[in-house]
Amino acid sequence: MTSFENEPMLEIYIYETSTFLDQMEQVIINSEKEEKLSDEAINEIFRFMHTIKGSSAMMLFNNIAKLAHQLEDIFYFIRETKPKVIAFSTLSDLALEVVDFIKVEVNKIKNRDEPDGDSSEIVSALVALLAQMKESNNIDSEIKKPESEKVQQYYIPQEKKHLKEPINFIKATIKFESGCEMENIRAYTVIFGLTDLVEEMVHYPPDVAENEKTTDWIRENGFEVRLKTKLALDEIKAHLEKTVFLETLEVISIEESDFKFEQEERASERIHTEPQIIKVPIVKTITEEVKEQKEPKEARESKEVKDTGSTMISVNVDKLDNLMNTVGELVIAEAMVTQNPIVASIDSDLFQKSSRLLHKITGELQDMVMSIRMVPLSTTFVKMHRIVRDMSKKLNKEVTLDLFGEETEVDKNIIEKISDPLMHLIRNAIDHGIESEEERLEAGKQKTGRITLGAKNVGSDVLIIVKDDGKGLNREKILEKARAQGLLNRAAIDMSDREIFNLILLPGFSTKEAVTEYSGRGVGMDVVAKNIEAVGGSIVVESEEGIGTTMTLKIPLTLAIIEGMNIRVGDSRFTIPITAIKESFRPEKRDIIIDPDKNEMVMVRGDCFPIMRLHNRYKIPSQFKRFEQGILIMVEQDERVMCLFADELMGQQQVVVKALPSFISNIKKIEGLTGCTLLGDGSISLILDISSITGLRIR
Amino acid sequence: MESVLDENYQEEDTQKGKFLTFSLEEESYGIEIKHVTEIIGILPITVVPELPDFIKGIVNLRGKIIPVMDMRLKFKKDYLAYNERTCIIVVDVREHSVGLIVDSVAEVTNIRDEDIVDQPLLSSGASNQYIKSIGKVNNEVKLLLDCEKLLSNQEYDIIFDMEE
Repeated sequence: MTSFENEPMLEIYIYETSTFLDQMEQVIINSEKEEKLSDEAINEIFRFMHTIKGSSAMMLFNNIAKLAHQLEDIFYFIRETKPKVIAFSTLSDLALEVVDFIKVEVNKIKNRDEPDGDSSEIVSALVALLAQMKESNNIDSEIKKPESEKVQQYYIPQEKKHLKEPINFIKATIKFESGCEMENIRAYTVIFGLTDLVEEMVHYPPDVAENEKTTDWIRENGFEVRLKTKLALDEIKAHLEKTVFLETLEVISIEESDFKFEQEERASERIHTEPQIIKVPIVKTITEEVKEQKEPKEARESKEVKDTGSTMISVNVDKLDNLMNTVGELVIAEAMVTQNPIVASIDSDLFQKSSRLLHKITGELQDMVMSIRMVPLSTTFVKMHRIVRDMSKKLNKEVTLDLFGEETEVDKNIIEKISDPLMHLIRNAIDHGIESEEERLEAGKQKTGRITLGAKNVGSDVLIIVKDDGKGLNREKILEKARAQGLLNRAAIDMSDREIFNLILLPGFSTKEAVTEYSGRGVGMDVVAKNIEAVGGSIVVESEEGIGTTMTLKIPLTLAIIEGMNIRVGDSRFTIPITAIKESFRPEKRDIIIDPDKNEMVMVRGDCFPIMRLHNRYKIPSQFKRFEQGILIMVEQDERVMCLFADELMGQQQVVVKALPSFISNIKKIEGLTGCTLLGDGSISLILDISSITGLRIR
Repeated sequence: MESVLDENYQEEDTQKGKFLTFSLEEESYGIEIKHVTEIIGILPITVVPELPDFIKGIVNLRGKIIPVMDMRLKFKKDYLAYNERTCIIVVDVREHSVGLIVDSVAEVTNIRDEDIVDQPLLSSGASNQYIKSIGKVNNEVKLLLDCEKLLSNQEYDIIFDMEE
């Protein structure tokens, strides 16, 4: 593991392998759904495994390579012999197990841990499956491999021209342990490890990297390298002894005349070849070599893998974030210029025209940057198929997952944060929601449970809906549980169904008595709720007993820019997200009601709403004490409505959301503030978090 | 490679022993120059509610929003209205950028290691935790601040515990 721990190469390996694994998982699950393996699917899986095997062996991740090799073997067998009997579910189970195993290992690699998982169990299961398939289909296990051309190859590293030191000529013969598989690639890694140590080297068979057929030769006769090196025999020996799966190693000194393979020497060999000497100066980077190995393969075998490859580039999200910030500042700067009072007095058509043009272009630029960050939900949604499949197998419930609206786009940052909560909701739905088969039939439902996962755009929000047709939530049980856990702070009679159902989002609440593998630990829904709130979203739980449960996640399209209403309270500016505002008005004195506890309320069209004085709430000196002087802004979030009292409205504007400096948020989390923004005149406005303000009322 | 290292050393060297001095009331304070990013005049401050009084709020420093702390209030002195001599010293400690509001900034001086002495234990028994040491320049005494401590958040928790 020396020269291979090269960053770019590892990165490419991790990226490629994870992409392949994801694609493969989809192929397997789709085939499973259709209950047949199409030729295309077989080819694809074969190709994925083949590539993963190759690159893993290159990177010396032997466990992964071995596993991939076994699975590849099976699909090779299926592809070549088209067996009639395939133990289909065992096969896909195993294939998914392989995918999972490699995923875990790749994760370890990513975290710079050793990929030390033990794949032997899955390997032997795969071997057994292959044997069984061969048996049941009466097919001879020999798969003929065509004879190959052998070419002798030279590696002459440059920059190694210190000729004064003594030169040794060494011959090394390496035999690998039987059954270690992929001898050719192992031989290649040996060569690769040597390139830095030697002046010149020849090896036989010469084309180990490109020609898989050399495997048999190496298995039988060993792999032979002749080196011209400054290092002593012992040093080379010590280096070679580190080779993985080494069985025997023979290192001897030879004369210079013996350095090159003689033509006659090989003429008598079983495989007829004309040794051909090609000088290959090693100037390429390692990465390029890997690519070289892979490209022809991909070109030959893949039609659909990266059709769009040439028109797509992947960009680090950090760069996008930076771009986003800069554009945000541009928008502010533009406003500072065009809204400058001096500018308004300029009497020039040309100036007005060009400033409008500037405004239009900055707007377009901003939209464009936003759209770059938008990613469809489909990848997240499609992942859920796997969870449904695994859980329905494990819990013995038949469940289908329907998707809709997966093309809906959401900001990349948000997608990352909702993936886990969604997974949790789906698990919950299957584990707690969907009844067992008998119960379903008894209740007169179809025996297959149905979960619907969908998304749709509503204004500047996206609704994500997770719906099951299971047994629904039991109002009484929830109340009982909440009471037992001391989570109830109001009389149950005062609570609407929805409020009761939302109790399950509180920390420490779990209705499931037994803890299962998947859920019921009592942490869960509250974590989901927290994660969703962290991205500025909310959850609504609706349920009808016996019919099903619907969880609706409301999340903002983007966190970065909101349409806001700026208001003034004393000398302070606040911004309220426009989506939360229902209306604003100046009340008549007779509409104001004050209860004995001095709670102020306002009557609007027959309904009564509580009032919060922002200047009192945040202790801001203000001359506007009477409601008739200022203005009331009615806000709504999560079905809760209240009126905020401010001095005046200052106008509507798109604002770029910035977090409060971490220095301040570390000191204290200020209730009701989500961040701040810069206004056109360069002053700072604080953004109000309506959901936490309306939430304050309950306490 | 070596030359790069040398440069770093040099840069560290040029900053070593240099202190930016500023005054609060009658006293003169020093702050290690390596923490200071810039010195600006007073900017309009946006008040952030519910914070301790010495954190005056946030300011817009060329699009970057940074909190500002009034050093007078921090050291329990009387509030003095800001004037044209009032300065904000922007310091960078770890990832935080914070502005320190001081009466006025004096100069950058060299204080040799041998002129820096530990703060003596005071008769009250409690020494000011933000003063790291005391520097002597000519016949004057500069109180050298411990920036890390000044901006660490642990003590705020205590303050809030007491307030609430």
